[in-house]
Amino acid sequence: MNPERPKRKLRVATTSLAGCFGCHMSFLDIDERLIELLEHIEFDASPLTDIKTPGQCDLGLIEGGLCNAENVHVLLNMRQKCRILVAMGACAINGGLPAQRNHLDIRDCLQTVYLTGVGLNRGFIPNDPELPLPLDQVHPLHDVVKIDYFLPGCPPPADAIWQFLTDLIAGRTPQLGHGLIHYD
Amino acid sequence: MLHRGLSEILARHRYEPGRLVQILRDVMQAEGYLSPPTITAVAEALRVPRSQVEGVAGFYAFFATEFRGRYRVLFSDNITDEMQGSGELRRRMLDAFHLELGEVSRDGQVSVGLTACTGLCDQGPAMLVNGRPIARLTPARIGAISALIRGGSPVEQWPDNLFTIDTHVERRDRLLDTVVEPGAALDAAITRGATGTLAELRASELRGRGGAGFSAGQKWTACAAAPGPERYIVCNADEGEPGTFKDRVLLTTHIGQLLEGMTVAAHAVGAQRGFIYLRGEYPFLEPIVEAALAARRGAGLLGRDVRGVRGFDFDIEVHHGAGAYVCGEESALIESLEGKRGIPRNRPPYPVTHGYLGKPTVVNNVETLIAAAQIALHGGAWFRTLGTPKSAGTKILSVSGDVARPGIYEYPFGVTVKQVLADAGAERAQAVQVGGPSGVLLAAHEFGRRIAFEDVPSAGAFMVFDETRDIVRVVDNFARFFAHESCGFCTPCRVGTTLVKHMMGRLTAGEGSRRDLKDLTRVTRLMKSSSQCGLGHTAGNPVVDALEKFKPAFVDRLPSLDVRPVFDLDAALGPAREATGRDDPGAHFGHGEET
Amino acid sequence: MTFTLDGHDIPFEPGQTVVQAALAAGHYIPHLCYHPEFQPHGSCKVCTCTVNGRTATSCTTPASEGLEVASETPEIQEIRRDLVQFLFTEGNHFCPSCEQSGDCMLQAVGYELGVVTGHYNPLFPNRPVDASHPDVLLDTNRCILCELCVRASAQIDGKSIFALSGRGITKHLIVNAESGRLGDTQLATTDKALDVCPVGAILRKRTGFRVPIGRRTYDARPISQVTVEPAK
Ligand SMILES: Cc1cc2nc3c(=O)[nH]c(=O)nc-3n(C[C@H](O)[C@H](O)[C@H](O)COP(=O)(O)O)c2cc1C
Ligand code: SF4
Ligand code: SF4
Ligand code: SF4
Ligand code: FES
Repeated sequence: MNPERPKRKLRVATTSLAGCFGCHMSFLDIDERLIELLEHIEFDASPLTDIKTPGQCDLGLIEGGLCNAENVHVLLNMRQKCRILVAMGACAINGGLPAQRNHLDIRDCLQTVYLTGVGLNRGFIPNDPELPLPLDQVHPLHDVVKIDYFLPGCPPPADAIWQFLTDLIAGRTPQLGHGLIHYD
Repeated sequence: MLHRGLSEILARHRYEPGRLVQILRDVMQAEGYLSPPTITAVAEALRVPRSQVEGVAGFYAFFATEFRGRYRVLFSDNITDEMQGSGELRRRMLDAFHLELGEVSRDGQVSVGLTACTGLCDQGPAMLVNGRPIARLTPARIGAISALIRGGSPVEQWPDNLFTIDTHVERRDRLLDTVVEPGAALDAAITRGATGTLAELRASELRGRGGAGFSAGQKWTACAAAPGPERYIVCNADEGEPGTFKDRVLLTTHIGQLLEGMTVAAHAVGAQRGFIYLRGEYPFLEPIVEAALAARRGAGLLGRDVRGVRGFDFDIEVHHGAGAYVCGEESALIESLEGKRGIPRNRPPYPVTHGYLGKPTVVNNVETLIAAAQIALHGGAWFRTLGTPKSAGTKILSVSGDVARPGIYEYPFGVTVKQVLADAGAERAQAVQVGGPSGVLLAAHEFGRRIAFEDVPSAGAFMVFDETRDIVRVVDNFARFFAHESCGFCTPCRVGTTLVKHMMGRLTAGEGSRRDLKDLTRVTRLMKSSSQCGLGHTAGNPVVDALEKFKPAFVDRLPSLDVRPVFDLDAALGPAREATGRDDPGAHFGHGEET
Repeated sequence: MTFTLDGHDIPFEPGQTVVQAALAAGHYIPHLCYHPEFQPHGSCKVCTCTVNGRTATSCTTPASEGLEVASETPEIQEIRRDLVQFLFTEGNHFCPSCEQSGDCMLQAVGYELGVVTGHYNPLFPNRPVDASHPDVLLDTNRCILCELCVRASAQIDGKSIFALSGRGITKHLIVNAESGRLGDTQLATTDKALDVCPVGAILRKRTGFRVPIGRRTYDARPISQVTVEPAK
């Protein structure tokens, strides 16, 4: 790693929106290098910590696309709190698999899932105000806010995440070479 | 299975696959749309793959592959129509039938949609009803048309006065004033001989009037020199550039000279057949052209042994376009003449060597061919006496927009924009779009510039916008035009025109972001550098010009954000609200929250 | 006879295009709609180069003596990246669920050019999936409109099973049947048209996962190498 260390640790928040947590698992897959990484970064709000809402951060890593109102609120808040925002993984970048519902009418989806689907003949569509409403279409993050970097992959390879973060920590523009850029 | 109407149409076109576009046009007229079984029947009758017929049917805007109602109303969507109040009239009509744009009424009676500029900018707003243009729309006319549609009387039986098209010639110069008696130019050309005519045309320094400004003399000479016995002369009367209507007027007033010019060309290059590719929006010109053709055949000016010259056989037929601006591009035009989708070809080779059916072909604009007839009669030196060093002769402009006297204006090349504005009665003009959306947008400080190939070239459009007009809306209109007209062949234009349309839509609505401005520059640069044809090369011009010359109009309506949501967050929850019956605060996005 | 490509001398034979000569000489130029067995098409524009100072598609440009071609300049790579992003933006490409992933040329060209995002706001078009044929799946969400299947079916199979209809952004693949279903066409499993799709739009059923993800053509080596040294 670049010896020119920043004076202070990068404060990093991470979150999972409409994703499967795979990107976070891949993050953890950087294994023992995580220890080295922790010399340079500290976690703010993240599924990996107990902090629920982010404070001011240098970096936000977001997994998953935008499926519902809550996803959007969380994203908008992350954008406000994080100096650099990264779309991590296929879903954050283009909606991913959830976006395959985009040509369906969400009303029909809810009907099928809760009312007409097999074995659900007396169900109802949940209308509890606590629940976030789904958007009519699934969107990638950059449809709503400015995204500074994109880390493709489903999930991005651990090596790609490592490369990306070490580049960033060292003050380089992150560059992923062959084998580190994957869309699958 | 062939029913009688269909077999009559096919027989009229001699079951030629090459006439597919003409066949489908006639079927559209007869049946109102091209149903899947009809497409199958046509394919079987012509012995071509069904997928080919469906491909052509799906390409042209005037071919509907779904039922669009017994009355198909299309409002002309040029910016000049918009400025003349088209939007309000459209609203009125939609309300009268309880319709949304593009929707077919439940009884199948009518649909109301949009179409690209109909070339009636001097007498807009305009519309097409089942393909027939109606100009000078007013609330009263809309009422009358709606009543006729309700009553169900066939369009052919509607009062004639609805369909009259005016000819506004506001300034005449040499081209419009010169008289060529039928056969006179041809006689001069025959006397001079083919080589002599070609030399005379080159000496005239006549440059093409359709946009590109290529030397007509060189084009004819190259075609004459290309090997092989068959040659073709094509008159490009597609006139699709929004704001252009001078060819419509020329075809009305100078059809004889046009046919003479084509025949002179045939003599000079050795062609046997000619085509007039007439824009689909101008069906009212068909009788005029057909009558002129018949008269010339009767007078021995077309047909076998033209003018008594043994072996000089030449005749001309009319092909109709079907709603595709790109078919004005010469190689796409030729594809369309061959009955195909109007996709520009890879070039080289050029039409002069590999044109219609792969044979040497001259494609010239209406105005070019009329000038050629006059040059054949009066000589190149005569022609050369007007204009500027690089632009010989005169140019006919189609002036519209915020002017007191819209119409066509003929000037020697070199006239200043200021002069045209003064003559047309334009007060407080802030901008002029010269040459149409693909041309150049001039701001007031440039009104001293001249219409000429060496300064501001123009295919003829001259749309004036006064200080009350919103330039961003103008550009938005043009962006919609290009997205609608991209043929879709190449990636940069197919995707780029649609992205520009979306970005301009957002910016116009005040919902754009700084990223949109950046991306506009990026996308327009890509279209210019990597597109296949002139459409893609020029589609970004209005955006680029406006961003350069009218930047404040864009910036004024930008929020200070780099990026804003590209969709309406609250509306995106609408369907789920409906399904759940929720309307609590959590079921909405609050205003301003997103920023 | 030679021309230069980024300063290298490239020998060529009469009739060859710039791309053909370059590939034969071991120099990769990104391309999607070009296929060695077919007439150049010139529609994807990914092979755009600077030819004697002007941008042109190298798959349609005839090689000629002394031509100066620039391919790997920052400006040209930028154009190509943008074009690839356009293609991702206009279709529905969800690689993690695509059988072609790893063997897909669009993806591989994206990797080659360092494309990490579609950049533009995805259009999410509503396009059909046609599973009506017993042996072939047609997923037009992934079609990049290169017309290779169109050309193969017309020129080699003599069937015109595939064609394009619509125009502009609504241009789309159609099949030769009134029902619009692939199962109602004369498509045979031996048709050349089944073997030319550069992406995952035309797929043979039940063969998709014979080679596991991660061990496929462009997982192992970049397309720039695979294309010019396929045997390795
Ligand atoms: C998208 C596009 C549309 C065009 N439309 C027309 C047209 O409507 N009429 C025309 O004469 N030329 C049009 N042109 C120019 C023609 O390609 C061609 O240059 C012209 O017909 C040649 O005739 P000329 O030399 O007499 O101008 C168009 C070009 C492009 C790229
Ligand atoms: S530039 Fe546009 S109109 Fe021209 S070939 Fe390409 S897609 Fe078609
Ligand atoms: S076709 Fe290629 S780019 Fe598209 S989803 Fe499949 S693998 Fe990805
Ligand atoms: S299906 Fe495949 S081969 Fe056919 S046009 Fe689409 S991308 Fe090209
Ligand atoms: S490969 Fe040359 S344009 Fe597609």
